[in-house]
Amino acid sequence: MSKLLSWKDLSAPIVAEAGNSVLYKTGGWRALKPVLDQSKCIKCLLCWFYCPEPAIKRHEDDSVEIDYDYCKGCGICANECPVKAIAMVEEGVG
Amino acid sequence: MAVQIKTLREMPREELFAPGHRLCAGCGIPQLVRTALKAVPGPKVVVTATGCLEVATTIFPYTSWRVPWVHNAFENAAATAAGIEAAFKALEKKRGVKRPKVIVFGGDGGTFDIGFQALSGALERGHDLIYICYDNEAYMNTGIQRSGATPRGAATTTSPAGKVIPGKPERKKDLIAIAIAHGVRYAATLNPAYPVDMFNKIAKAASIEGPTVLHYFTPCPTGWRADPAKSIEIARLAVLTRVWPLYEYEDGVYRINVLVKSPRPIEDYLKLQGRFAHLLQPENRWMLEQLKRDVEENWNRLLKLAGLA
Amino acid sequence: MAVALQLKGQRRVGMTGDEAVAYAVKQADVDVVAAYPITPQTIIVERIADYVHDGELKASYVAVESEHSALSACVGASLAGARVFTATSSQGLALMWEIMWIASAMRTTIVMALANRALSAPINIHCSHDDAYAVRDAGWIQFFAENVQEAYDLTLMAFRVSEDKRVLFPSIVNLDGFILSHGLEPLYVLEDDVVREFLPPKEPVNPIDPERPMTYGPLVLFDYYFEFKKAQAEAFKSVYPVILEVFREYEKYSGRKYEPVKAYGVEDADVAVLILGSSAGTARYVARRLRSKGEKVGVVSLTLYRPFPVSDLVAKLKGVKALVVMDRSYSFGSPGAQLFMDVAAAFANESERPLLINAIYGLGGRDLLPEHVEEAFRKAQEAARAGKFEERELWLGVR
Repeated sequence: MSKLLSWKDLSAPIVAEAGNSVLYKTGGWRALKPVLDQSKCIKCLLCWFYCPEPAIKRHEDDSVEIDYDYCKGCGICANECPVKAIAMVEEGVG
Repeated sequence: MAVQIKTLREMPREELFAPGHRLCAGCGIPQLVRTALKAVPGPKVVVTATGCLEVATTIFPYTSWRVPWVHNAFENAAATAAGIEAAFKALEKKRGVKRPKVIVFGGDGGTFDIGFQALSGALERGHDLIYICYDNEAYMNTGIQRSGATPRGAATTTSPAGKVIPGKPERKKDLIAIAIAHGVRYAATLNPAYPVDMFNKIAKAASIEGPTVLHYFTPCPTGWRADPAKSIEIARLAVLTRVWPLYEYEDGVYRINVLVKSPRPIEDYLKLQGRFAHLLQPENRWMLEQLKRDVEENWNRLLKLAGLA
Repeated sequence: MAVALQLKGQRRVGMTGDEAVAYAVKQADVDVVAAYPITPQTIIVERIADYVHDGELKASYVAVESEHSALSACVGASLAGARVFTATSSQGLALMWEIMWIASAMRTTIVMALANRALSAPINIHCSHDDAYAVRDAGWIQFFAENVQEAYDLTLMAFRVSEDKRVLFPSIVNLDGFILSHGLEPLYVLEDDVVREFLPPKEPVNPIDPERPMTYGPLVLFDYYFEFKKAQAEAFKSVYPVILEVFREYEKYSGRKYEPVKAYGVEDADVAVLILGSSAGTARYVARRLRSKGEKVGVVSLTLYRPFPVSDLVAKLKGVKALVVMDRSYSFGSPGAQLFMDVAAAFANESERPLLINAIYGLGGRDLLPEHVEEAFRKAQEAARAGKFEERELWLGVR
């Protein structure tokens, strides 16, 4: 966390840097962690769509990758995956 | 002419909504926002009422928004948006400034209740904007208090499942009917479990000049006392039980987008949510029956309007 | 206010206060007007509607469904970079109250004409100043017009002040309801091209721009809210010198001199009254009469109410032994009515200060008659002799 700004650095309540919430890693929230078995993945992109953060990256070839910096462990991806390629495991285990 | 997709694959990749926000795990709001920012082409500005979305995505010094975003107060998103739209119309005429599309996100509180007047005025005046209500069926941000959008029977902190009154006695307001009564050319319901349908309707709304109203089913694991992993499943069941009909209205024509021929029993939908647990008790059967009647009457009404009854 | 000797670029016309304000708004070439009608402001919005519908003013006229939406729309429009105007009175301002604070903190450049009207209850459509005072803490610049000429001039100047990059705060131009809003007076209006020169188009600072996407109005928690308010407070202190600058600049175009504090007869006055708005004229009329008989009386009036011209007022009242602060409003349970509290605070740390008494007058459109002002002067003279005021509060003209 950066140093807090002084009033001299502020004017109107405006955040000028678009999308800088990426600096705030919500990955620390989770108790459960999704683990994707790439060999099962059919690239349906449903997990990419349903993830609320979004914490699932969509690559050029439509394969997906979980972004653990932001994943809150909600489990939607695992619940919705049509081929059960994602398992929720306890965070900090394995 | 609006871009319409057939598969999820065709949904644009660019994310104009960034992670790092503080919405709950399993929240149903971001799916709407991500899709809306992809489905509305060109330059855009977003106005958001006070509520979950606004609070969780813009805690200073952070913002999840990669488009211009404005928050004013709770009940005036539609009025603020009207002012922005009017300003750009004037600046476009007078100084050739490029006019962005205005998208408004309001929760059910900021839309059905405290924000109702501002919405009504903006619709009547015909401003060119897309108003999208993300409806999690209570004032969730302040701690799950009932709203005019809370369905009959649901337990909230101001309509608790008590010994004498089991949940909210009143039925849910009909936002689409209200919008249509104001003469909007396009209004539709949206649901996160139906992504392609959602994208296409938002794209269609965006292509129309004038006000359009979209009503989005927003699963809320925190407020509904549900498993966050089941948010999308609950959303799907809402459609499959006919609790949340997916339909659209365009220039006088109603179209039911997902025609549920054999609905799942409503209990399948209710039992996944703690806010309805009391309705499954025998002593509250009368309230459950009323809720079922609401759903059936609404469905039949829509069938008739769509020329299918 | 000096009589205009220079007529070049000006025309003499007869207008009511509302008409004059609307005319100034037209000449200012605003981009957006969002307003809701309320007596006695209605003529402003009707006239503007005429201009827009006749194509004389190319603005978006948003006929909002309430004052709350009016100011909300204005905030949005100002953030989008537009020159924005609204107008209201009394209950309308009360309904806008929530957004007044936001409009200032978001550094909008909205100009509002406030046709001062009493706050309900009971409902009354005539002049009091309590509507203006009710928002004195919100961070808006506030001017008070004494006559229709000032209402016109101050409206033009307000745009210039608010939109100045060193300011970026919204302004209110107060004009007494019915007395000025509906009173027909002669005034000089600048020609259109002169106004255009004095008031070029708005150059917005950080406007909504999809090419530079920013977040306006984030949630600020206890780690930063205090700093934002400090920043706003410091910024508001920069407003005063810019106002003086704009007053001087406007004088070049109009020949009319404006000052934050108007003082008549204070050079040798023993006693004085402080009074805002149209009744200042009545007070000066009485003062002139008394002075012609050798009585040393003065009248002070504020053209600028917020920021409150503390040092200016203190300087002008130097030597005055007793001052009657005349409030056209009331504040229940307070140490005095609103203007009285401002003045008392202004003198709080001065070693030399006049005796102060609060006089309440004119509520709900009750006329302030010369005899009421005379009574005020008498009380002040008695107090100056006795070394104190007998009463805390005078109510002038109530039965």
